[in-house]
Order: sequence, then structure tokens, then C-alpha cells
Amino acid sequence: MQIEWFFALAGLLLLANGVLTALDKAHPKRWPSALFWGLYGGLFLIGHWLPPALCGALVLAMGLVGGLNLVKPKKALEPDAVQRQQSAKRLGHKLFWPALAIPLLTLAGSLSLPWLAAHQGLPLVGNPTLISLGLACLVAFALACWLTREAPVQGLRENSRLMDAIGWALLLPQMLATLGILFAKAGVGDAVAALVGQVLGDDMRFWAIVAYALGMALFTMIMGNAFAAFPVITAGIGIPFLIDQYQGNAAVMAAIGMFSGYCGTLMTPMAANFNLVPAALLELDDRHAVIKAQVPTALLLLIANILLLWWLL
Amino acid sequence: MMDAVSYWPLLGVAVVIVGFALRANPLLVVTLAGVVTGLAAALPFGGILSALGEGFLSTRTLSLILVLPLAVIGLLERHGLREHAGQWISRFKRVSAGRLLALYLLVRELSAALGLTSLGGHPQMVRPLLAPMVEGAASKALGPLSHGEQQRLKAMAAATDNVGLFFGEDIFVAFGAVILMHSFLTENGIAVEPLHIAFWGIPTALCALFIHGCRVLYLDRQLARQRRRLQGASGAD
Repeated sequence: MQIEWFFALAGLLLLANGVLTALDKAHPKRWPSALFWGLYGGLFLIGHWLPPALCGALVLAMGLVGGLNLVKPKKALEPDAVQRQQSAKRLGHKLFWPALAIPLLTLAGSLSLPWLAAHQGLPLVGNPTLISLGLACLVAFALACWLTREAPVQGLRENSRLMDAIGWALLLPQMLATLGILFAKAGVGDAVAALVGQVLGDDMRFWAIVAYALGMALFTMIMGNAFAAFPVITAGIGIPFLIDQYQGNAAVMAAIGMFSGYCGTLMTPMAANFNLVPAALLELDDRHAVIKAQVPTALLLLIANILLLWWLL
Repeated sequence: MMDAVSYWPLLGVAVVIVGFALRANPLLVVTLAGVVTGLAAALPFGGILSALGEGFLSTRTLSLILVLPLAVIGLLERHGLREHAGQWISRFKRVSAGRLLALYLLVRELSAALGLTSLGGHPQMVRPLLAPMVEGAASKALGPLSHGEQQRLKAMAAATDNVGLFFGEDIFVAFGAVILMHSFLTENGIAVEPLHIAFWGIPTALCALFIHGCRVLYLDRQLARQRRRLQGASGAD
């Protein structure tokens, strides 16, 4: 059981969307869109056999094609509302089964696969949760085809419809993670820590706490990822001020510091897979609508975190 | 020691901030920021391309979890999954949009705290099930929903999934964030138990449950009030 199989499967699905796009003569941005999906799928399928620099050049091309708004959806082929209503009436609760099978089978697999690998000698390469998700999706797909009496090729068309709804935003989480890797390689963290250390004076415990919590949130908003911000801000502010100077509890600092970063995650388009992708997936007019819904929660929680750090540290 | 730090790589951060301010396409901003950061750190262009390629390959799982469920969800949607979910939930008398979201928040946060982070997510839970159910529950109280109301409920459903996941998962000891914090502190010579880090996440997790729970419960009243105001305005004409 290998995670590579599911990378290849995802690659085929992406490539299929590229082919469907290329075949759509009425498409407003036919060739750039087909190129984007084709490259995306191609890199999933054979990227690990290509030289890294070529791979990177293709990623750069995808980033530019998507970034210049050249990726557009095909004309949607949604079935009419009447047909959906009739089908909903006919199938009823059975429609829930495949949908619920995905999380439940993923859960069952992520608990049982490591055990099978350890005790029954099942070869397992890769993260068991991801492999379970892949298997769960295959089982759920078979179940869905059987229940709805659709040919699997219809599933391919539906997959393509939803991929088009997400569009270039699908690539964003990966590009952000890659940016994080580049930031780390270039020493952005050290530069920020040095800068913050210079700005923050050496008095006032409360302001050091505020600087730590706000720094985590703001730097997470820039990086799009609290995991990337945590080492930077903790090395720059947390350890020198909260621990060394004020003798704080490191577990409290770390736990609440990371959560302050998550408050930033709720407020930034850079956390694309949580904020922009769902907005595209739910077909919201405003791509920042999910962020706007989250800002009040995030700000109140950030204040709560500062107070908790003040009391518990 | 301090003067050894180069500030040039911060140009990449500046590109991100300027891109935000100009509301440019985020994918373009991130792509350019990556190239600028590499150039500012004096990496050769070939090195930047290699970093982009290796970065893409090592982060493929992020796209994988979004792509794989789509065919199943699309097929079920074609056959009325969303319609059925909405109609089914509106049969329950005591279920409102806010109460449903609050219940989902609680379940999502508790299951994430137990390490069951895969029991949710936007492609497999929010789009096909949660959002239509919330809309169904709201339309029971308000009648047919306006476009704006639908948009607002969908956004809140996505937000609730995020809040529940984020502030639940850090309480689970085996979760990546706790391991990351533990290993970072250990590297810096600070001895701390992962269990303690997970434990001190609980106060914030409870605050998140309370704050966001109150907000979604308040949503019912907000929507009803907005309706009354709109009806009052049209009645006065």
C-alpha cells in the first residue's frame, strides 16, 4: 500500500480535467486553462522522475498562468433542479452513505492500517491517514456509482466540475508551503527575530506578552501558517523575554502562543486551504467571505489568549 | 553575532504585504514572493527553481486531500444530496441554523481533540452536508432565503469547521503541532512534556468554543432581525 498510487490517481484526475478543458471548444480561456491542469496532473504523475529545476520551472509556469487569472471554469453542466429533487426523493437517506463513508472509513483505516502493518506485515509506505483517505474515496466512489446507477465516467465529469469551481486556488496551499520552505532557506526567520528583538525593550512583562501573541498572529498572517511562525517568534520574543527574563512556564507559552498563531490563520488569505479554497468550493461571491466570518472570533480569541498568558504564564 | 543577520530576505515578506494591499491574485503574489526571496538571499536562479520543484513535490498531500473526495461529492450532488440534506434537517422542530452550527462546532472540536481530524473538512463535510443543512434549518424559520443570507450561512459553516478543527487539534498529544513545539523547545534547551503543552491548550480551546458558540447561536436572532427590518422597509413603501 503506497501513497504514490494515490498521487498518481490524483494526477490522472487533474490531467483528465486538462483534457476535458482542451476538448471544450466554447471555453473562454481554453489553452491556458488546459495547460494549467495538464501541468498540474503531469507533475503529480511524473514529477519525481524529472530534474528538480525543470519541475520548478513548470511550477513557476503554473503559478504565473493561474496568478494572471488565465484559468477559467468550463461551462457548468449541472443537472436541473427538478431532476435533483426527484432523485433526492427517490434515494433519500441512501445519499448520505457514500458521503459519510469517506470520513468514517478514513478514520477506521487510520486506526487499523498501522496495526496491520505492524502485526500482519502489510507493506505500508506513507502516512496511514492519507492512504486511508484514498481507499475511503475509492470505496465511497464505487458505492456512489452503484446507488445512483451512474457510469464511473460521469464521476470524472463531476470531479472536473468541482475542480473548475475551485480553480487556481487549488494550487495555492502547495505554493504557500513552498514559500515557507524558501523563507526558511533564505533566513527570513532570523531577520524577523533580530528586528523584533531590537524593537522590543526590556521592561514590562505585559507588553512582552502582547508582543509575543500579536507577533505570532501577524507573522502567521504573513506566512499563512502558524507552524512556520512559531519557531521564529518563539526564538525572537518568547524564549529571550517570556522565559529567560520573566521565568514563564514554557508549556503555557508554547500552547497559547501557537493558538495565537491560529487566530492569525483565521484572518489571512495566505491560509488558502482553510479560507480561500472553501470560499471557492462553496461558490461564494466574495472570496474573503470566510475570513470575514472568522475575524470577530479570531480577534476575541486573541484578546482571550493575551489575558490567559498574563494569568497562567 | 547580530550583524551577521541579513535583512534582504525580508523583501519577500514585503512582496506579500504589498500584494495584500493591492488585492492582487494571491497565487501571483506567492509565486513572485518565492522568486524574490530566493533572489534576495542570493540563491542562483537554478537553485530557486529546484527549491520550487522540490517544494511542490514534498507538499503534494495538500492537494491530494482536496482532490480525492471531489468525484464522490460531485456525483452525490448531481443526485440531490444537498437538497436532501436541507429537507431532512428542516423536519426537526428544535433545530435552528445557529444550534446546528453550535452542535457541529462542539463535535468537530471534541473529535479533533481526540485526534480524529479527518471527521470533517470542507470538500467532504461542509459543502455537501453542513452548509445545505444549515440553509435548510434557516429556511424553515425564515422561508426562502435571499442570496445574501445563503452566502452568509455558507461562510459561517466554513468558518465553524475551521474554528473547531484548529482549537481542538492542539489538545491531542500526538498531533503535529504539539510535537513541533516540543522538539523546538527541546532543541533550545528547554525541557517540557508534550502532555503539558497539550494540557495548557485547554483554556484557549474552551474560550474558542464559548466565543464562536455564542456567535453562531446569535446568528439566528441576527438573521430574524434583518428580515424584520427588510420587511418593515418594504411595508412602509
